[in-house]
This record gives sequence, C-alpha cells and structure tokens, in this order.
Amino acid sequence: MKISESGLIGKSVPRTDVIDKVTGCAVFVDDIQFGPSLLHSRLVRSPYPHALIKRISTKKAEELPGVRAVVTGKDLTARLGLYLIDRPIFASDRVRYYGEPVAGVVANTEDIAVEAAKLVKIDYEVLPAIYDPVESTQPDAPLLHPDLGSYTVANFIFPEPGTNISEHFKIRKGDVESSWSNCAALAEGRFSLPPIEHVPLETHTSIALSEKSGQMTLWASSQSPFAMRDMIAQCLGIPHNKLRVIAPLVGGGFGGKAGVTMEACAVVMAQAVEGRPVKLRLTREEEFVGTSVRQSLVSEIKVGCDKDGNLLAMELTYYFGGGAYNDYGVNIARAAGYSCTGPYDVPNVKADSLCVYTNHPVGSAMRGFGMPEIHWGLEQIMDQLAENIGMDPAEFRLKNCVRTDDEIVTGMKMTPIDLEACIDKVSKAIDWEKKEQPTAPNKKRGKGIAIMWKAPAMPPNPGSAAVVRFNEDATVNVEVGGQELGQGSFTIAAQIAAETLGVPYNSVTVSSPLDTKYSPYEWQTVASRLTWSMGNAVKAAAEDARTQILETVADHWGEEVDDLTIKDGLVISFKSEREQPLDKMVIYGLPNEDFEGWKGGPVIGRGHFMPTYVTNLDPETGQGTRAVVHYTVGAQAVDLEVDLETGQLEVLNIASAYDVGRAINPDLIMTQIEGGAVHGMSSAFEALKFNESGEVLNPSFVDYRIANIADIPRKIHGDYVETPIGDGPWGARGVGEHVMVQTAPAIANALYDAVGIRFSDLPLSADKIYLALERKNETG
Amino acid sequence: MAIHAISLIVNGTKEQVQVPSNMTLIHTLREKLGYTGTKNGCEAGECGACTVLVDGEPVNSCLVLAVEMDSKEITTIEGLADSGQLTPLQEAFAELNAVQCGYCTPGMLMAATALLSRNPYPSEGDIVEALVGNLCRCTGYQRIIDAVQKASRNGGAR
Repeated sequence: MKISESGLIGKSVPRTDVIDKVTGCAVFVDDIQFGPSLLHSRLVRSPYPHALIKRISTKKAEELPGVRAVVTGKDLTARLGLYLIDRPIFASDRVRYYGEPVAGVVANTEDIAVEAAKLVKIDYEVLPAIYDPVESTQPDAPLLHPDLGSYTVANFIFPEPGTNISEHFKIRKGDVESSWSNCAALAEGRFSLPPIEHVPLETHTSIALSEKSGQMTLWASSQSPFAMRDMIAQCLGIPHNKLRVIAPLVGGGFGGKAGVTMEACAVVMAQAVEGRPVKLRLTREEEFVGTSVRQSLVSEIKVGCDKDGNLLAMELTYYFGGGAYNDYGVNIARAAGYSCTGPYDVPNVKADSLCVYTNHPVGSAMRGFGMPEIHWGLEQIMDQLAENIGMDPAEFRLKNCVRTDDEIVTGMKMTPIDLEACIDKVSKAIDWEKKEQPTAPNKKRGKGIAIMWKAPAMPPNPGSAAVVRFNEDATVNVEVGGQELGQGSFTIAAQIAAETLGVPYNSVTVSSPLDTKYSPYEWQTVASRLTWSMGNAVKAAAEDARTQILETVADHWGEEVDDLTIKDGLVISFKSEREQPLDKMVIYGLPNEDFEGWKGGPVIGRGHFMPTYVTNLDPETGQGTRAVVHYTVGAQAVDLEVDLETGQLEVLNIASAYDVGRAINPDLIMTQIEGGAVHGMSSAFEALKFNESGEVLNPSFVDYRIANIADIPRKIHGDYVETPIGDGPWGARGVGEHVMVQTAPAIANALYDAVGIRFSDLPLSADKIYLALERKNETG
Repeated sequence: MAIHAISLIVNGTKEQVQVPSNMTLIHTLREKLGYTGTKNGCEAGECGACTVLVDGEPVNSCLVLAVEMDSKEITTIEGLADSGQLTPLQEAFAELNAVQCGYCTPGMLMAATALLSRNPYPSEGDIVEALVGNLCRCTGYQRIIDAVQKASRNGGAR
C-alpha cells in the first residue's frame, strides 16, 4: 500500500531546526537582546515549608541604590491555576513550600537584585508541615488550604473541602469483593516514589514588558504560550489581546515548562516598572528548588487471577503527593484514575486516585503525566502475580494485555493498538528466554519486562489551529502554536504540509518564535498530542490551501478540480497533461483569457482540529462512553547486572517498542525512544531530597545526578509497530512521553530476576541495593 | 568594582572589551560581545553547556574570569562553521539527529571538537571520557557518541 503521494510520510527527513542548533544560531529566550533598557530581577523565596507571613518589610531593599521596585503579593488576591485555581503569584498570608516566591526585586543589574533580595525582611510564624501524601489525608493533618471550597475548579475535578484532598477520582467496575474468592493467586503491594525534577538544560527564563498603553509582552521559555496567556490574563484581569506571549525555542521542557511556573512573577514585576523590560532568569539552584516537580506517589495495589492466569480483579489506591498547589496535579490524579489498571484487561476494578496537598514543591506534569508513577507499582505487581500463578512474566502479559475493541477500565472500547506485537519485539530483541552469564564473578545478572499505556491527558476538547501561507516563489510558511521542544514537532508539521500541498519538503518553513499575537491557537505542547492534533490542523490547513490553488487553476484551464493534482510544486492535469508552476500564481493568481481580468489571489490555508467525542465519566463509578481520545501502548525489556560488592546496577541492554499508529518520521521516533529509555533509566535513580525542615538538600547537578554519557546502557534498541487510528494524520499518534513510562519497573523486575529482592520504593540507589543484599545474606 | 580593558581574539576576530573584575567569560561573550550561541546551564561548571575553546582547550566559560582571558584565543560555536561550510562534527550531529532541544549542543560540539583535534581517532571510551562533563537530558547520548565517531571517520575536527 502506498501511504503517501510524494513519499514524505514515513520518511526520515532532516529536522527543520538542526542547522540552527549545530551552528549556535538557534534562539532561546535568554539569547534575545534588549539593550540597555533591560532591568534584572530576583525572587525572595520562603525559607520554610509551611508558615504564616506576619510582616514583610521592603524598605531597606528599596533604599539600595540601583533598585527600581520591590513587589509583594500584598495587593494581589487573585490566584493562578489550570484545573484548580489555587496558587498565588506571590504568597501574601501563608507559604506552603520551601522556595515559594514571597517578593520580587527589580534592579539595574543582577548583582544589585541579588543584594536587595537579601534585604527584604519577612517575619514568619512557622506552622507544622506535612510531606507524606497518605498522612496528609488523615483528619489530624495540618490543613494547607482552608479555602479549598471557594477555589474555582474544572467541572471534572472533585476536591474535598475541609481536607487536603484536591481531587478524588473513583472507579467502581464489576464486583471486586466477591471476585477475590474466585482467584487462584493474589499479589499485594505498596509502592512509592519521591518527587523528581524535570531538569531541562535551559532554566526557566522570562522577560516581561509593561507599556503605558496597557500592552503587556512576555517572552518566556514555554511549552504552552496560549495556556500561559490564558492563565495570567485571567489572574491579573488583562484582556487576552493585551497580553502577548512570545515563546522561542525551548531548551528542554518535559512538562516543566507547561502551564505557568514563575512567568507571572515577571509580569507583576514589570507592571511596577512600566516601559522597561524585566528579566527573570532562574539559577540552576532555583530550577531545583522553585519549579514544579513530578509528584510523589504512594500506591496500594491488590490483584488476583484465576488458575489459568486470567486477571479477575484489582483494587487500587493512589495517593499523589501534589505539593503545595495542585492546579495541574489534580488532572494527573484523574488521568491515573481512569488508566489505573495499566494496559490490562481486568473485569472487576475498584480504584481511588487521590491528589493530596503536601508541603513539597508544586506537583505537576512530567513526561508521562501520572503514568510512570502508577506503572512503577503496577508492572512489579504483575510480575509478582505471574510468579505466584507460575507463569513467565512475558507470557502473563501476552495473555492479559489489552487488545483493540476490549472494554477497558472506564467502559470505553479500546482504540486500535497492537501491544502483543510490542511485547514480542522487545522479547526477541533482548533474547528473553536466554539466561545470560554475568560479566564478572562479583556480579549477578537478570532480565525484566514491563508494558505501558497512556492516553493524552487533557480536557475533553483542546484545540489546534494552523495556517499555511504561500510566498511569491511558492515557498511556504507554516504557522502553528505548538512548540518545538526538541521532539521534532516543527519537522512533523513541515512534512505534513509538504506532503499535503505537493511541494518539496525543503520549501517549507515553520514559523518560530511562537507568538500569541500572530500564531494560530494551540492548547498546549503536552500529552504527546502534537503529531496527532496539530498534525491534523496542519493537514487541514494545507488541504484548504491546496483546494484554493486547484480551483484557480481548474477555472483557468476550464477543467475539473478532481482531474488536477499538485506534484513537486507543479499543478498537473491527469486529463490534459498541462502543467502550471506554483510560483507567482500562489500570490498573483492567474489571468483570464486575453487578460480580461484575473482570478485567484494570495493563498492562505486555514485549518483546525478539536476532538469532539470525549464524554464525561460518572463521578461515582468512573464509567463513560469515551474517557479519552486514544491510547498509545508499548513494551520495554531490560538486561542488567548488579555488583554485589557495591550495590551498583548497570543496565546492559534496553529494548523498547511502541505502537505509534503511523510513523510520520521514523528516525524522530527512534530519537524519542532512545532518549526516553535513558531518561527513564535516569529517573529510577533520581530523587529530590528534603531534610526535616522541608529544605531541598540536593539543588545542584553534583547532588542531583542525571544520567551522563558514561551511565548509558551498552545497547539501546528501539522499534515500533503501526496500527493506525482513525482520527490521526495518516493514522499517527504521539510517542514523546510514553518512552520512559515503564523503564523504572522494567529495571526493578530485572533486578528481582538477578538478586531475588523486590524494591518497592524509588530511587534504586546503590546503598539501598547494597543494604538489601546484605540483609538477604544475613537472613539467608 | 574595578573595570579592566581586555582584548580577546574570538573566532579569529580581535575584540576589545571593558569588564568588571568579577565578570566571567560566559557573560562577557554573551552580554558584552553578543556570542549567544554559548549557553548558560548552571554557572557552576557542572553541565558543560557553556564550553568554549581557550587556545584550543575546552573550558567551562562560566568558571573563568574574563580578566584572565586577556589576549587569549577563544573559539565559540559561532566559530565552527566557516562561510556556511559545517565542520564534519556539525554535519554528523545534524545527519544523525544527535540534537533535540539543542541547548547542550554548542557545549557538546566544542568539547567534541577539542577531543578530535587532540585525538582524531578516539575510541568510544575516549569519547565518553571527553564528554562526561557535558549533560544532555534529551538524546540519551548514544547518537552523540555515534556522531563523534562518524566525524572522526570524515576528517575530524578540522
């Protein structure tokens, strides 16, 4: 079957941005030059995880020469949030995490801003703090948000005012209680993981400029300039057309630059110094201390199967440690709830997924959005159950994994996927059946497998828009609102536009920076939704432009549109074999006979896409017709060894396979799979560490290690299968986040295979492994 | 704070600039001279994003003071491609998609350039050793190793 007309779909064309990126020409927000009018700023952050603010004195800071303004939250009552509007821009009456912004200083230089920030005097009354999400649900826990009941909340989020619970999602499907007695084997466990950071190489940076006309411009390192505009505009009462967000290329996001982090602080500081741009650039330490984190999770899981290994029932409780403000986190708990079983066919399910306030940094989206968190426990408990019923873990998964058209946990019919093919591919790649020998006598070796699913987690109707604009020489500018974070979204947009229009790939440019003043709308660059949603919008815009061109030419030739096509930048007629080059005519149109007037004109194609078929779920049972747009699934297998003398673990080989629907650009998919495998491996060893006073103990690259080039597996194998979906461009769906969802449990399963010890709590630090090995030796 | 007049040769061009005593090379390059291709990742010498060459040696430009650089030859990412002609390393990074977000790329390329000029045929171990101070959160590093090897086969740092 021929997938695409010009062969561009399925072709690994070069990235649109790569030459800029290898020559130092790529512009990130910190690279934009503002000249001598630029002012600098620094935030004053809370030294306590939970305290009342008794008094703020800014006088000394204001008196320091070179200081332009000191702002606090005194006159700012409105709050920020996407799903649950609970977060102040600057804390004014109470701080809820170590590092929360309380004041901001604007000065002529960064050095003066740093000095002045130290002179802002704040008196606090320290309150008891709470960090454990399970304890935080207890009646005697300190209440973090007494006003929870008065916060504005999306209609699919269910907070419990009077408690620290900001979201409670429920699944009640079938009859779990009576199923246990029918089970031939059970497995039960409690798993946990700590908050971790996104750690983009580019720290959060913003520049804001407030003009006398009321115009506000915000340059930001942002995955979602439109959502950022919406949230800040609503919070500060700025009309959307007066708040312009400009977002150049992003130096790594991973979810940490979705929504609003510190950008509203820059806007408020700019309002205090009208007419002068104010830069707020987080230091690396602030990036670790003062930005959002992947939420902690405690999960309690019980699962049972019959004598043949068929899953019968599952009972789950998820306690997400949402941190001080749960604006985004509530939807992570919801997504974890409606996907609570993982990619399995389970007839009876009872699940409660809670998002809970704690005195940790703000919990938010991170690559996978709830799925790495829940799969950490799920994929280990499935191994335990397989062992208890005496089945091979891969065989157990093949038997129970979700299939196309299955009725899944929410009652929805599963969208087209082939998870079995993914399991087969990674099993083969890792030589699953073969027991490998360790490379040294002091080492033990093991293999593990894990599978995953993930749906784009978002409101039911997030939209994408695109514009395709021709130039005189028939080159094309594609305008989108989706961001290039490194994942290759601009390349995919260019491929889809070129293919649809019938023009050469290298004649298409995707406009950057994104600019809410000019770019068409995009909800957010999150949820692995761009290839699918923005891709649909670009395709529609290109089809619109193509139709305009063909109608003009058909009219000119006196032929039918259906007899024409565009190939390599030429309109051709199948019927008359005539040819019309696109250059000039896409702007100037074509003359009528004998130049008696003209037809056509500048060609601008417009397209949008918005899913219209997602339905609400019953708040008591979590059941509904269509919980999500679709799922992407995949499998990973790991071969590793452990040094028994040090507890050091080395991943030798990691194999991944995902069902991407349709590979628009196969090599870009492989870059996601490879990078994600290493990100996933790294995440198994990461933890943001806090002392008893809630202070972050490891806010640097030395103390918070991310994988470096010496840490990577000896072999990283990637593969994909293609089971197209009906509503994606050429059947494609996203894969940017899925690639790290199940890596940590695959490692844990391999570790169990190697040494016979289950590790329920992340991180998998060498000291933890070493001590567990020692304990095992002692007890025999 | 004392201000010093220094001269640097940046990518072959002589630059004269006034810097305060505490100004590091990265800020001098980015803010005084406009070489913004050099990226600021941590200002503590821990991520390698700001790597430039000083008299041919890779240096974290956030860790050295500009005043110490008086009369030195500095090469930044902007100095690699010569009138539109990419170096074999830049070509290999582009061809193999050893680049995603691109924020670590300038530092990575400078450190790899230094490696290939002192060791045109590095082993995989040599590459790992040379780039262990350059962090990347996107690529998973394998393609970076592959790109350095490919460039080594195609003529090295040049």
